[in-house]
Amino acid sequence: MKTKLMTMTAVTALVAGVAGAEEVRVYNWSDYIDESLLEKFEAETGLTLVYDVFDSNEVLETKMLAGGSGYDVVVPTGSFLQRQIAAGAFQKLDASKLPNKGNLWSVIEERTAQYDPANEYSINYMWGTTGIGVNVGKVQEILGEDAPIGSLDLIFNPENMEKLAECGVHFLDAPTEVIPAALAYIGEDPDSKDADVIEKAKPVLQAVRPYVAKFHSSEYINALANGEICVAFGWSGDVLQARDRAAEAENGVEIAYNAPSEGALMWFDQMAIPVDAPNPEGAHKFLNFIMDAENMAAASNYVYYANGNKASQEFLIEDVIGDTAIYPDEATLENLYTFSPYDPRLQRTVTRMWTEIKSGV
Amino acid sequence: MRRFTLIAVPYLWLLALFLVPFLIVLKISLSDYALSIPPYAPTLDFSAGWQGIKDLLSKLDFENYVFLTEDALYWKAYLSSLKIALISTVLTLLVGYPIAYGMARAAPEWRPTLLMLVILPFWTSFLIRVYAWMGILASEGVLYQFLSFLGIVDEPLKILSTNTAVYIGIVYTYLPFMILPIYAALEKMDDSLIEAAEDLGCSRMSAFWLITIPLSKSGIIAGCFLVFIPTIGEFVIPSLLGGSDTLMIGKVLWEEFFSNRDWPVASAVAIILLLILVIPIVLFQRNQQLQREAEG
Repeated sequence: MKTKLMTMTAVTALVAGVAGAEEVRVYNWSDYIDESLLEKFEAETGLTLVYDVFDSNEVLETKMLAGGSGYDVVVPTGSFLQRQIAAGAFQKLDASKLPNKGNLWSVIEERTAQYDPANEYSINYMWGTTGIGVNVGKVQEILGEDAPIGSLDLIFNPENMEKLAECGVHFLDAPTEVIPAALAYIGEDPDSKDADVIEKAKPVLQAVRPYVAKFHSSEYINALANGEICVAFGWSGDVLQARDRAAEAENGVEIAYNAPSEGALMWFDQMAIPVDAPNPEGAHKFLNFIMDAENMAAASNYVYYANGNKASQEFLIEDVIGDTAIYPDEATLENLYTFSPYDPRLQRTVTRMWTEIKSGV
Repeated sequence: MRRFTLIAVPYLWLLALFLVPFLIVLKISLSDYALSIPPYAPTLDFSAGWQGIKDLLSKLDFENYVFLTEDALYWKAYLSSLKIALISTVLTLLVGYPIAYGMARAAPEWRPTLLMLVILPFWTSFLIRVYAWMGILASEGVLYQFLSFLGIVDEPLKILSTNTAVYIGIVYTYLPFMILPIYAALEKMDDSLIEAAEDLGCSRMSAFWLITIPLSKSGIIAGCFLVFIPTIGEFVIPSLLGGSDTLMIGKVLWEEFFSNRDWPVASAVAIILLLILVIPIVLFQRNQQLQREAEG
């Protein structure tokens, strides 16, 4: 038995040793890629791809700040990326290893420079908005034909929420998404870093809290698709994925996504290479692979998020490039706002407020 | 020499697996937040040698512990965890005791099979079993399908995302830890004691209360501690089965770590949790010791 155990250990060590040189480890959001791309990458490069997923920036950031995550490519959202760059978590990209970088879209690069000046540390993977997903049939049944499905009034007006509670409402469990929206609803600056202004979001959220069934950042996709809930405050592409899943299931559920007319948060998920990545060479290969116009288009066509790749646009299906919920028109684009990180003290205040809103303590 | 080695091995074990991690967490709890890797300061500078350690110690303070007393959230979360752990322990005992009793009373050739059935769920990942409960308790989940088939309910259940679901999850998960020690105690019991009690005019019920319960006391106590202690710090069950308003210290700790990225405060919360647990752990150890001496 003992010999067997030792042989096994030796074999495992051997496999790990060999694989170490050949592996690229990617840590990306859940439901965020066409998985056939992963096989294609392995076939093209001969590298073994280890692909893990997460559903919150907080989890990713903790891994980055602990160091030694073992990942070669990670995908933080812009405001989180900015703080992690400041903490020294990422290495600068080597442009000479990224010949496809010319495919990127300057319109998006200008905006991501807010978080990563000169885009030295990251490339844009996908971007989108945070808004309202509704089960059109159910919401109209409850609130009538003229239900304000394109307005924050739907989710922040207690009168609407009280009625919607019976068919189920989910909010993202992400204070940095929900609090700015509540501020936008009452006409304050959603990106405010003034504690007194942020405090004003509290009563707005507390008033509707009793009618929110759950705060969660990924369950709403399936819950919307199978009709378990009728409203979700969530990410654009996720809601559109729910729309597709419902259409595939032919269960009579019709889902729609709207960026709220009061303004919607525009966010950017950026691919970056941790400073201690075991295989930076392979990481660059992965980034370059992703920036290939057809590959990037395949990813967007699958997940229904817009990307920061100009060259990919000719390969996008009409359902994606032609949908203003994904690629907003000029007017909507004007109405979008971005968000910058809180300092640690304010972050604590915001997290504390979030706990109070959610649990009443 | 041999004697020394015998003592040294378990102590080295304790030192490496308990004391060193504890000291690391204690040290972080006395540090301050910093935007760096790792996200706290100061860190120990080994190259500076003894001076490095002195510098480090001079920069540590109890600020984070003071902070914990200033916000009602923390003691409310500790109290709520204690309450949930206490209720769960009682429920687990109420469910577990009859099972252990039934097993000990079963024909001897059946006991290994029954024991196997109690242990069997451990062969599946704990996480998967908790996810299975999400499927069972969901508003239109397996339980609802079953109950509506029987005609007992006609509207979707509201169990998942409530404290009720948390209790169900905890009782289910920790049940074997309650059953096994009670079963071990009951199995050793001499049946003739019950016969003697009945011969002397005891009813079956009072024989149970006067003979069986006291003789299984050590098993009950061991089982209760084995359930109570891990339940206080439980994180997975409340976060998967509980709702947004389920307040437990494990969740608060997660939030300090992940949302606030404040490792020092998170470590302070963990140290206090440990101090709270030291009391039941010491009591448990004493109980085990007394029992060993009694069997001596």
